[in-house]
Amino acid sequence: MTSALAFDLALAALVLAIATLTIAAREAMSAVISFIAYGLLLSLAWVRLRAPDVALTEAAIGAGVTGLLLLGAAATIGDRQAGAAPPLALMLAAGLACALVASGLAATTLVLLPEPAPTLAPPAMASLATTGLGNPVTAVLFVYRALDTLLEKVVLVLALLGVWSLAPDRVWGGVARLGPDAPPRAMLVFLAQLLPPVGMVIAIYMFWTGADHPGGAFQGGAILAAMWLIVLTARLADMPATSHPGLRLLVLAGPMLFAAIGFAGWALADAFLAYPEGYAKPLIILAEAGLTLSIAATLACLVAGPATRTPPP
Amino acid sequence: MSTAIALVTVVAVSAGSIFFLAGTIGLIRFPDAPCRLHALTKADNLGLGLIVLGLLPQVGTLAEALKLVCIWLLVLFSGAIVTQLIAATSRHK
Amino acid sequence: MVDFLNAAAGMLLITTMVGLCRMLRAPTDTDRMMTAQLAGSGGVGILALLAVAGEAPPVLDVALLLALLAAFASVAFVSGASTSTSPSDRP
Repeated sequence: MTSALAFDLALAALVLAIATLTIAAREAMSAVISFIAYGLLLSLAWVRLRAPDVALTEAAIGAGVTGLLLLGAAATIGDRQAGAAPPLALMLAAGLACALVASGLAATTLVLLPEPAPTLAPPAMASLATTGLGNPVTAVLFVYRALDTLLEKVVLVLALLGVWSLAPDRVWGGVARLGPDAPPRAMLVFLAQLLPPVGMVIAIYMFWTGADHPGGAFQGGAILAAMWLIVLTARLADMPATSHPGLRLLVLAGPMLFAAIGFAGWALADAFLAYPEGYAKPLIILAEAGLTLSIAATLACLVAGPATRTPPP
Repeated sequence: MSTAIALVTVVAVSAGSIFFLAGTIGLIRFPDAPCRLHALTKADNLGLGLIVLGLLPQVGTLAEALKLVCIWLLVLFSGAIVTQLIAATSRHK
Repeated sequence: MVDFLNAAAGMLLITTMVGLCRMLRAPTDTDRMMTAQLAGSGGVGILALLAVAGEAPPVLDVALLLALLAAFASVAFVSGASTSTSPSDRP
């Protein structure tokens, strides 16, 4: 029993325990806090699985953006019971179906998969030199599966549209407010003045280092969104109205720039989202820069929620 | 020389872990919020600081060592401000 | 050395989790904020130990990110807990 194996076993047991606590929690607030702790443990699990990119994303999204979103939702809903619980037979049937699916997945991946497991990692690493990148994850995201990444960013924008469409008609296009209307505490204002400059430097570092080391546009964008949300929470600045053209342009700029680079690939390199010889890395970094800003704006708007006040004149 | 470095690491990391343990026990067992905050900050400042101190001789490059110190300073400052926030919130309840 | 660092990370993990689970059942908002703070700094400690034990510098970036966002959950609690009766701080 090596020390690493002992650590992994303890981590796996704790993940199961926290997951059980999350489901069994009585109040919404306790469930949300357990879920945030679960995200932290998952981030540790990804580190142990030697996937630092995923660990970065899990820490940024789980601790930052999703945590704030769920806490706001739990505070808004309170402890209202949503009506009578479903009948016991239905709950047991649903639990049985979930258990069957989970054990089927576990059987296929853990037991029935041939040894060594089929993987595309060697061809991906072999072609890495031609892309000019040092991080294979970035190569997969922006070279081998660039279309998927473009479509994911479009899905983010669609999700934002869904959230914005929840605004009542009379405040359509208005301003979203984060948290209650009370004046913020002085210490919170101080934190919101101290943390965002540090956060912006770390976000730019995270985006820049994504070409050769774990990191990238999504992690940088998530940190920027978190900094923006702290500033909003401390009321140091207000969220622009959802009808503000600058905000809408910022949300769309990243996917549009990426799509423009893709269409330019038709002219310069014979295929959509293909890169001309030797220009792959600068084009990818350009696309990532736009995507960092757009992801930051989209995530911040997602957490701020639909408009609650009338738009400014 | 390398045994001296290893000794420093072992002693510092162990001391840091003990402070973490003491801070967590204090968090659970102390009677009211300011006492718990006092225990919590010991885990933050001393516990993490000693761990970082113990890890500094083990890292390969200067950049990583600076990163470790920056991590500790960030936790220190944000922890101090958040502790004030928590204390103010508990006082106004 | 690697074994010792992994063992220290494991001990830190169990310590943080025990603190978390005990505080989860706490009733007041301040206890929850302290839970978030403990989880944050515990997580940073564990990640720093794992980074040096596994000789993986990118894990230090994960620790840096967590250190940055550790204050976040507490801020969210504070903004949710502060009602209309909260004045500004008196030192």
